[in-house]
Amino acid sequence: MGMKRRSFLWGGVVVAGAGVFGLKWADKSARNHAIDAVVKPGEAGFSPWIKIAADDTVTIYSPTIDFGQGSHTALAQMAAEELDADWAKMRVEQAPAMPGFANAALLKGFLSEMNGAAAYLPQSVLSLLARNIPIQITGGSTAIRFGGQYIMRSMGAAARQLLLEEGAARLGVPMAELTTKDSRVIHAASGRRLRYGEIAAAAALRNMPDAPVMKDAKTFKHIGTSPMRMDIPAKVDGSAQYGMDVTLPNMRVASVMMAPVRGGKLISVDDRPALAVAGVERVVRMDDAVLVVAKGYWAAQKGVLALAPKFDDGGHGGVNTLAIFAEQDRLRTEDKPKGKAGDGDVDAAFAAADVRMIEAAYRLPFIHHAMMEPFAMTAHYQGGKIEVWVGLQDPLAVRHLVAKAAGLAFADVTLHTTIMGGGFGRRFPQKCQIIAQAVKLAMACPYPVKLIWSREQELRHGAYRCQSSAHLRASLDKQNVITGWRNDYVQSETAEGETHFPYVLPAMSRRHFFYQSNQDDGPWRSVNSNQIGFYNESFIDELAHAAGEDPYQYRRKYLPAESRHIKVLDEAARLSGWGQTLPAGVGRGIAIVESFGTIVAEVVEASVSDDGTPKIHKVTAVVDCGQVVNPRNAEAQIQGGINMALSVALGEEITLDQGAVVQSNFGDYPLLKMADAPPVIAVHFINSGATLGGIGEPGVPPAPPALTNALFAATGKRIRQLPIGGQFRT
Amino acid sequence: MAIAATVNGKDVAFNGEADMPLLWALREELGLTGTKFGCGIAACGACSVHVDGQITRSCSLPIGAVAGKNITTIEGLKGADGTLHAVQRAWIDAQVPQCGYCQSGQIMAAVALIERHGQPTKAQIDAAMTNICRCGTYPRIREAILAATDQAAGEA
Repeated sequence: MGMKRRSFLWGGVVVAGAGVFGLKWADKSARNHAIDAVVKPGEAGFSPWIKIAADDTVTIYSPTIDFGQGSHTALAQMAAEELDADWAKMRVEQAPAMPGFANAALLKGFLSEMNGAAAYLPQSVLSLLARNIPIQITGGSTAIRFGGQYIMRSMGAAARQLLLEEGAARLGVPMAELTTKDSRVIHAASGRRLRYGEIAAAAALRNMPDAPVMKDAKTFKHIGTSPMRMDIPAKVDGSAQYGMDVTLPNMRVASVMMAPVRGGKLISVDDRPALAVAGVERVVRMDDAVLVVAKGYWAAQKGVLALAPKFDDGGHGGVNTLAIFAEQDRLRTEDKPKGKAGDGDVDAAFAAADVRMIEAAYRLPFIHHAMMEPFAMTAHYQGGKIEVWVGLQDPLAVRHLVAKAAGLAFADVTLHTTIMGGGFGRRFPQKCQIIAQAVKLAMACPYPVKLIWSREQELRHGAYRCQSSAHLRASLDKQNVITGWRNDYVQSETAEGETHFPYVLPAMSRRHFFYQSNQDDGPWRSVNSNQIGFYNESFIDELAHAAGEDPYQYRRKYLPAESRHIKVLDEAARLSGWGQTLPAGVGRGIAIVESFGTIVAEVVEASVSDDGTPKIHKVTAVVDCGQVVNPRNAEAQIQGGINMALSVALGEEITLDQGAVVQSNFGDYPLLKMADAPPVIAVHFINSGATLGGIGEPGVPPAPPALTNALFAATGKRIRQLPIGGQFRT
Repeated sequence: MAIAATVNGKDVAFNGEADMPLLWALREELGLTGTKFGCGIAACGACSVHVDGQITRSCSLPIGAVAGKNITTIEGLKGADGTLHAVQRAWIDAQVPQCGYCQSGQIMAAVALIERHGQPTKAQIDAAMTNICRCGTYPRIREAILAATDQAAGEA
């Protein structure tokens, strides 16, 4: 029996959110205020989300940020689709951080989830939601499947209907005689045409339809095509302005040194060595950090490095990586599970006569996001108001958190959301220590200050993917059929309500045991589907080999007949040439994981070189996200996700010693480079027509188990702990 | 004591301390923010520029060492009339960037590679393109380098 998709907690959080959020969405003054904020003279605002200028330029306001995943261009495609807009005149802007621009689509997406549509958000994101409504969160791979579907398409369709009504009135013909194309209302019978720009102002005064009619997928002209991403030209000539690049008149630059042990406090620091550095102007103490302000970053960083601050360890000096795993092992056997999922009587299955028990234990380390742009935030406090420049995943929440840190009203905070150099989950404002630091710094200085985190600080003070371990057991009957399956996993986050178990088994149980270290664990691209996906797809592979059966066929036996999963798996096997002979020493591994409503199967071909280094020759990925909006960009997301996942599997690991992070920079936290990346990553999409799934995250989880399964096929050695590192050297 | 050099064809004088890395002099003194800070230890390549034609990680080169040198940054790749360099055009055509933060450095590394080898082989690309991209755009970086050098995908 497949695992139930929705947990009680999930529903509870959604209902709690709906009440508050519904009010905001229905709040007409917030909506009108939002329209007023972005619509200039000569433009017509059809909602906060879409405006049309007299020259036919259509601008959409995205409630979600685009930190590289290409969602802004895809959202424009979805609006243009329903609007029948001229693509050359589509523009996208980041929505201002105002309540009227709260991401209502998230609510609608949650409600549809409650109604049974396949859509998942990690518990960590839900927790953030529950605390921060109204919100503009980007997360859970929701920009397109929620924001695109429920805002851009419906608002585009509504605007088109008003343009048709206005066109009918102007031309004196029934609406049914009119069509729309390339931002024009067309009366074919008379050959008359009206540009959107000339009738938009009047059309926008008409009443918005309650239920705008959206197009049938068969008639799509923009969705499913791959126009060039709008953000790319500025990213090839150096003109794109990231948070790191903000420059203001009279601005100073600051660097920071935080307590090396998370939870530790600053005891004392002698300012003088920093103040002796040329260009340094002041030293600012905070509860758990010391900051140096200077004319430029180099002087500030030299100043920080000249200091010898004393920090305490907050009582966490005994925390280290091996002790965490040992404690997790203890909890798994001695503690009570905090969450359960599954069906059937696993205990009875395990106790039955004539079953063979197979078991395996797996361990996964803390993983860092390592976005390429280290944190930078600029703030200027004057006249009782504060203005900030930063790019984070939820602009509305940033404004609230800035107001809170400054002790100011929300209205006294101005936020400029900048372009972001990656994120992968690291830019949830609630996890960003830099907000309070930059605000307090600005309030201590008579000029604007840009605070830059060195890479060492960025790497050592992350919101890591949690350290996790699991013990899996299964019973096989005499025909090697799985009769029972149990996964006892230990980590800070529950995966329930988020991760999906694809296999149909007579008895299955997943139990979450809670462990929290001194680290502030955070969502990391694909979140808990990474850990659970690795456990599931490693263990089913072990069972296949224990049964002496082909790992692809063995999985197939337990996937529901005619399901999307089985089609994805079959296609991955077919396209990868599963079963065909490989060169000596090369193995194939397969894995399938559903996350955020998208099903992905990946096949990896890999070998181990003489010196024990794993070598990846090829990856084949098959993706069913329902419908692909921009295939070329979606391909890039899947390829990039696979490279990121392989990087993690091969060599990434954050370890703790005496409570502090051991790694410091890319020297000891190695990221995948071109030479080690697979030379071929073939991506194939299945447009199943199912409810839209995410695309930014779901390519990640299958890659690590597909790789370790391939290495097992190649060498006979099973990797149960990541990273692989030097495990083939021994 | 100002340090004289040439940046993107213009004579400049750096006024910072001699130990200041070129990266910060470019970004904060000249306002050329296209060259990025990524790691500060020459490990990631986001700060890559050309110094006398050589690909160089500017976060680890003090300005005291660039006196009289000819420096080119991402802002200097365009032609005098503003047309993009062939490699920049290839980057757009292949839709390489995602977050884009590392791409100035990637493009500078690719231009240096192509200037040296003309039509680089796969081994030459792997050896030269050691810049980190966390978004994992490597397949398209390779595609763009091949396209910019008139090589079909899979040829190198």
